[in-house]
Amino acid sequence: MDVSQQNTDNKSFPGEVHPTAGGGVLVTKLDEVINWARSNSLWPLVFGTSCCAIEMMSTAGAKYDWSRFGFEVARATPRQADVIIIAGTIVNKMAPVLKRLYDQMADPKYVIAMGACATSGGPFFYNTYSVVKGADHVIPVDVYVAGCPPRPEALLHALITLQEKIKREHNG
Amino acid sequence: MDREALRQRVSELLPSAVFEEGGEWTTIAIDPPAWGGFATGLRSGAGLEFDFLFCVTAVDWRTHFTMVYHLTSTVYRHVLVVKAKLDHDRPVIQTVSDIWRTAEFHEREAYDLMGVEFTGHPDLRRLFMTDDWNGWPLRKDYEDPVNMIKL
Repeated sequence: MDVSQQNTDNKSFPGEVHPTAGGGVLVTKLDEVINWARSNSLWPLVFGTSCCAIEMMSTAGAKYDWSRFGFEVARATPRQADVIIIAGTIVNKMAPVLKRLYDQMADPKYVIAMGACATSGGPFFYNTYSVVKGADHVIPVDVYVAGCPPRPEALLHALITLQEKIKREHNG
Repeated sequence: MDREALRQRVSELLPSAVFEEGGEWTTIAIDPPAWGGFATGLRSGAGLEFDFLFCVTAVDWRTHFTMVYHLTSTVYRHVLVVKAKLDHDRPVIQTVSDIWRTAEFHEREAYDLMGVEFTGHPDLRRLFMTDDWNGWPLRKDYEDPVNMIKL
């Protein structure tokens, strides 16, 4: 199969290749190509504050292997990361750190609130003096995942949901 | 040293100690003022040598506090649990951080979260909470209308 045929068959690529003599012409929209590129190479930040992080590591590992969808390059610095997965409880002392990490990430940046704690405080909603009742009090969240902790499938679903969200974006 | 011999030895060191029955480990209740000298004896007494303080706990019973010290000896492998009943309005006990260095942080934690005061502690200040925090969050009667949603 030649390259032009491969591109036509790849339905996820936003555009059409019109074969011509000696090559081909690609017809597409820049917005869509940018979104396609961004959504398929989301680099997550290494960030985990409790047991959700264990599930996140499992999702990154060989069995669930989120690199199948373009997430494999987890970054240890926010300056190189595109998405932060808030994997765990955010306490009042952690909140300014989380805010700072988010501020240090380069645009475009995305946030996934993984599990009950990051979504709402979860099991720590009542009678707790130390827990932030939802990470969206600190930074804006794109996708929420239910579960305590969510299974790796749920996180993968959230990541794919984020990809779909990115593909619908308009780049001004 | 078996449990009976340990009891014997501990009773010699502190005749006023009261043994509690039914626990996994040999457990004694003491008067807080006796703690400092007694701890020194436990640490270096012949046949005792409790050289490892592996847990320090404060329990809030609403009417009083109980300090619980778990001790073990890496020489003899025996374990002793020491409990001391403290006043609820002003829980004070002598520090053992000069005997077991690990107590320095354990006692700071008990101070931070329960408000137990350790006399003679070299650096008794907040550990987990911020320095300007008011109150002792793990006490049963703790109220915090700003951060806490009561159920």
